[in-house]
Amino acid sequence: MSEMPKIPPASARRAGAEPQRDYGEPVPYEPEMPSEARLLEIRREAERRGQVQGAGIRPAGAPFPKASPESGYYGIHLLKEPQWNWAIPLYFFVGGAAGASSVIATAADWVGDDFELARKARWLALGGAGLSSALLIYDLGRPSRFLNMLRVFKPQSPMSMGAWCLAAFANTTAAAAFADLVRDRFGNSLPVRLLGGAARGASTLFGLPFSNYTGVLIGATAVPVWNQNIETLPIHFGASGLQSACSLLELWGFDDSRALNMLGIGAAAYETWEGFHLEGNFDRVNDPLKHGTSGWITRIGGVLSGPVPLVLRILGGSSGAPTSRRMRRMAAWSGVIGSLMTRYGWMRAGHASSQNWRIPLDIREDSRVDDRMQSKPALPQARSVERA
Amino acid sequence: MSVTAFLTDSTLCIGCKACEVACKEWNGVDEDGFNWSGFSYDNTGAVGHSTWRHVKFVEDGNGPGGLSGPAPGFGGNAPEGATWSFSSDVCKHCEVAGCLEACPTGAIVRMDFGAVFVQPDVCNGCAYCVVACPFGVVEKNHQDGRAFKCTFCSDRQMVGLAPACAKACPTESIKFGELDDLRLRAQERLEELHSRGMNDATLYDPTETSVKGIHAMFVLRGDPRSYNLPPKPEVPTIYNKRGWTSSAVAAGALLAGAMLAFLGGRR
Repeated sequence: MSEMPKIPPASARRAGAEPQRDYGEPVPYEPEMPSEARLLEIRREAERRGQVQGAGIRPAGAPFPKASPESGYYGIHLLKEPQWNWAIPLYFFVGGAAGASSVIATAADWVGDDFELARKARWLALGGAGLSSALLIYDLGRPSRFLNMLRVFKPQSPMSMGAWCLAAFANTTAAAAFADLVRDRFGNSLPVRLLGGAARGASTLFGLPFSNYTGVLIGATAVPVWNQNIETLPIHFGASGLQSACSLLELWGFDDSRALNMLGIGAAAYETWEGFHLEGNFDRVNDPLKHGTSGWITRIGGVLSGPVPLVLRILGGSSGAPTSRRMRRMAAWSGVIGSLMTRYGWMRAGHASSQNWRIPLDIREDSRVDDRMQSKPALPQARSVERA
Repeated sequence: MSVTAFLTDSTLCIGCKACEVACKEWNGVDEDGFNWSGFSYDNTGAVGHSTWRHVKFVEDGNGPGGLSGPAPGFGGNAPEGATWSFSSDVCKHCEVAGCLEACPTGAIVRMDFGAVFVQPDVCNGCAYCVVACPFGVVEKNHQDGRAFKCTFCSDRQMVGLAPACAKACPTESIKFGELDDLRLRAQERLEELHSRGMNDATLYDPTETSVKGIHAMFVLRGDPRSYNLPPKPEVPTIYNKRGWTSSAVAAGALLAGAMLAFLGGRR
């Protein structure tokens, strides 16, 4: 061991114990590789603060990261997060409103004899269908390949069913709106009546599932908070879609329609029940719907689309008096904002849920990564080299 | 062509990451950054669009006498010591694959030899497969726009070659062969390990769940959960029936409600 080379202390080296050499001007070190850059960053931080913080840097004595039946694989989440952008929750909102609006149009047309409302609801459905397609295509990684969605017909894939449903809904709604246009300009001749009626019927037929299928779409996934709620998600999203369709039509001037108010009351009543249903479910899977950012968005969205419009609609009625209209409009704004927040809340809850590594690994929520490490001794420190 | 499979034996893996490198080299997979995770020697974390093979470094510092953290010199096959084992993770190529069922474009197909393959010329990047995978394997590459995962070296297999990772593995930890044959070999290997006192050796192949077995099985020591392998992976199509029933109820209620409201709303 006495043969080991002796390293002069740093102070001796700096003091010029070794012969001076002329190295010329120091060349500034410019790292090119990202890892080198990170190393340099860490060195600078260490020089400045005497301590470094960051991923992978743990002070001595801190819990050592572990892969175990208690801590999973270092707590790295197993599931991948949903990789949709902001356009998809907005699409859920727009599509839900469009589908429900098409059903409202047909009911107003065939049962209610309210042709003005039917016409506007049809236009709302058509606008919604167009915007839905645009939002869906915008989110695609390869938007130019959007027609590939119609390459196959796969009943087992909710996304495939949704794509077909959207295509059929958009086309039949466009045909129905076109029939309205032709009727207004050229009169209600027999072919216009027949073809228009068929288009309206088909638009309603496809509008019904289109207003709520997004609940199936996110429910039939590996994300726990979504698939655990699949039995209520389509009804929840359907009610939310109906709420927003009624609200948008009311804001468009039909704030004295009794039928819209009744539909709005029905939707708000369901949303109120859904809120109680979710709040009363204490399964840890539903935590993202109650806690954190996603919880607050979902909760505020639920209040704005449930109890608030319910009370305002019941109190406001549909008398057409200025107070009634004002309350209806307030209910409508609350419903639209609540419905939008509901979709964003559920999407964020899906992100939070897929980051929970415990649920797919079936690990108790109270298990601790450092369960057995409370009384742990500090990691052995590197011994300083004995210097001559 | 017969159905092929991987059998990854973590008791033979030395954590050299040759499989990761071979995979990247052969398939031209993107780099995935130079980030330090602080989790043992694993700086990648999980399989993803730019990591099709991923070596897990499973470090459980549960040693004797309250020792925590891996102690040098411990580990390996000493059951009383801290353990440090390695396992090369990969797409499981499920018997019933969530991504394949979910793909709305038909881009994801089943090859003759059982591989689940994403056709890059068809995929339009809708990202529905990402949330359909119970193992968190397939991922969308946001620069490229499409979804990527292990191809099971379909190009190599079509001309009779073994996948690059299996070819490169220096310890034959990654075995490649026919599925039925490998299932038998896995049982033999387990018996051998048990007879040598490694009673915690298990085979990860969830045939009891709706996934109905996988084409990339793993021989592991200890709890599969330490390896980020879910005890009960379920293919999301099992939720379809309940979802569409609920959807039909919602549609019926909407139609009936709208008709009734406008009947009652007529003045």
